[in-house]
Amino acid sequence: MAPILDIANLVKNYGQTEVLHDINVAIEPGDFLVLVGPSGCGKSTLLNCIAGLEPISGGSIHIDGQDMTHVSPKDRNIAMVFQSYALYPTMTVARNITFGMKVRGADKATQEAKLAEVAAQLQIEPLLHRRPGQLSGGQRQRVAMGRALVRDPKLFLFDEPLSNLDAKLRVEMRTEIKKLHQNLGATMVYVTHDQIEAMTLATKIVVMKGGYIQQIGSPSEIYNRPANLFVADFMGSPAMNLIPAKARKDGSGTKIEIARASGAPLVLTDASNANLPEDVILGLRPEDIAEAGYRSGENVQTAACLVDLVEPAGADTYVVSNMGGKQVTARMHAECSALAGQPLEFAFDLGKVSYFEPSTGERLN
Amino acid sequence: MTDLSTPHRSGTAMQTALRWLLYLILCLFALYYLMPLFVMLTTSLKSLEEIRTGSLVALPREITFEAWKTAWSGACTGIQCEGLRPYFWNSILLAIPAVLISTLIGALNGYVVAQWRFKGSNLFFSLLLFGCFIPFQVVLLPMARMLGMMGLAGTIPGLIFVHVIYGIGFTTLFFRNYYVTVPNELVKAAKVDGAGFFRIFWSIFLPLSLPIIVVTVIWQFTQIWNDFLFGVSFSQAGTQPVTVALNNIVNSTTGVKEYNVDMAAAIIAALPTLLVYVVAGKYFIRGLTAGSVKG
Repeated sequence: MAPILDIANLVKNYGQTEVLHDINVAIEPGDFLVLVGPSGCGKSTLLNCIAGLEPISGGSIHIDGQDMTHVSPKDRNIAMVFQSYALYPTMTVARNITFGMKVRGADKATQEAKLAEVAAQLQIEPLLHRRPGQLSGGQRQRVAMGRALVRDPKLFLFDEPLSNLDAKLRVEMRTEIKKLHQNLGATMVYVTHDQIEAMTLATKIVVMKGGYIQQIGSPSEIYNRPANLFVADFMGSPAMNLIPAKARKDGSGTKIEIARASGAPLVLTDASNANLPEDVILGLRPEDIAEAGYRSGENVQTAACLVDLVEPAGADTYVVSNMGGKQVTARMHAECSALAGQPLEFAFDLGKVSYFEPSTGERLN
Repeated sequence: MTDLSTPHRSGTAMQTALRWLLYLILCLFALYYLMPLFVMLTTSLKSLEEIRTGSLVALPREITFEAWKTAWSGACTGIQCEGLRPYFWNSILLAIPAVLISTLIGALNGYVVAQWRFKGSNLFFSLLLFGCFIPFQVVLLPMARMLGMMGLAGTIPGLIFVHVIYGIGFTTLFFRNYYVTVPNELVKAAKVDGAGFFRIFWSIFLPLSLPIIVVTVIWQFTQIWNDFLFGVSFSQAGTQPVTVALNNIVNSTTGVKEYNVDMAAAIIAALPTLLVYVVAGKYFIRGLTAGSVKG
């Protein structure tokens, strides 16, 4: 299938400063692409470039096979939902939604029909005659989505649409956006700094930092095989444990040695990864460290470690221990027997382990 | 209990006393400010005879509107004795278009400077602001020359032109500061919706602008209506605004000085601005303090 959005070698400068460096992304129809990264990473700028709201300094943007690099936003066949919703304050909800059609000269009957359809879909019929100022945050969010839906665009663009909502509503709207994507089969590009939003919504994630793409992949690729230390640290909550370690070749596998403040170093044997440099950073997700006896598999190894801190969080209990000079968090079951200050038998699942080169941060395995 | 409540109660009494003192002082100030208006009103309603014999602050013994009638339609401005009436109309013909045009241009300028930044737009805005601080006297000669070249010397359109030019700095400032508080995402959303520059201005920004339009209109109307210097410099017999005529009435009496007519004329000349404040004053305060636009 031809890509519906194809960004090639995109560069964006503000004066002398280059804020986006050689961006290449392509997505298929029906994809849900999430651009994620910390503030200032250029994700919103990239979205504005896709929308045509910011001119680009180099490269090209194709939408549905057409070169849109220098086309104005209104002719790109896109719709956009903004963080502040950007509803027109003096217009009623109905007029907000139909404004785009009106500007494009659609006749009254079409406008009415589309409005009714979208209002039903988003369940905002009772609000149609109100002004944005009289709506709650969640309602405004729906109206903003209605304004996008009514246009039937080739591409939906979302610029951090949920970050102004409270936590509960955010989760609800997230589910709703996901449902909408499934029902419409539409192609969406979504910007967020919230990695959970990225994981839950995306079919494809672009992790960005400092104007560079760090990794492109499916949520599970990003989560399980982060391309570098930044991605490993940024995606996932609590973050992946990144533990400095020494690797020694041992037959067909490797002995991993982790220094500890007191007592002998922790030694793990990784049978499947050879050819590691001496200094590595070992990456293990909290859920890949369990209480001994609760995890089995050929790569699971147990070792006793001193528990520093126990944080019950309802469904899970986070157990913190110091290894290699780092606070290492393990996600254990709710009734685990860990006690602060006491040793506990930990089970490390090396089947999911990542290794990173300490100086460059690149993935090694 | 008593130990605790007594100082508290005396504190309240003290506060009440201070409050009344404050009101008293404020009333005195208000009276002081209203005094000239009072003298003007009473004098304008007295006959010349009574002005000569009575005290300045005394109420009129007999109310007569003779002076008002004379001021409106019979007082002499130089050799003509038609009162303020023709000049009053001149001022209206001059002020209304000048206010509307300068407000509209200011709104457009403010919209551009606040929401459609271009290279050098800050410099452009600073230069416009600079225009607010150029003293009137400095531009008199160049402006006279310019009006002459444009063939507008001594005409009402010429005066309108001068006031529009002079007003743009202020009106732009007002609208720019108002529009800066409108989130730029509104423009982006409208662009994606397919609206162009003027469509966005007309459908989204102007409907938002009532408070600032009121502020600008009041400001401009007061400035233009009360202007004397441009009026006296760039007009000729027949196109003079009411302020110039008022000056002529006061200065060109022969023989007895008709204070009652002068006062009535002054009040007539000031009435429209007073009226504007009374009608739109509350919007003025609201508009000046208007902050962000709630989306």
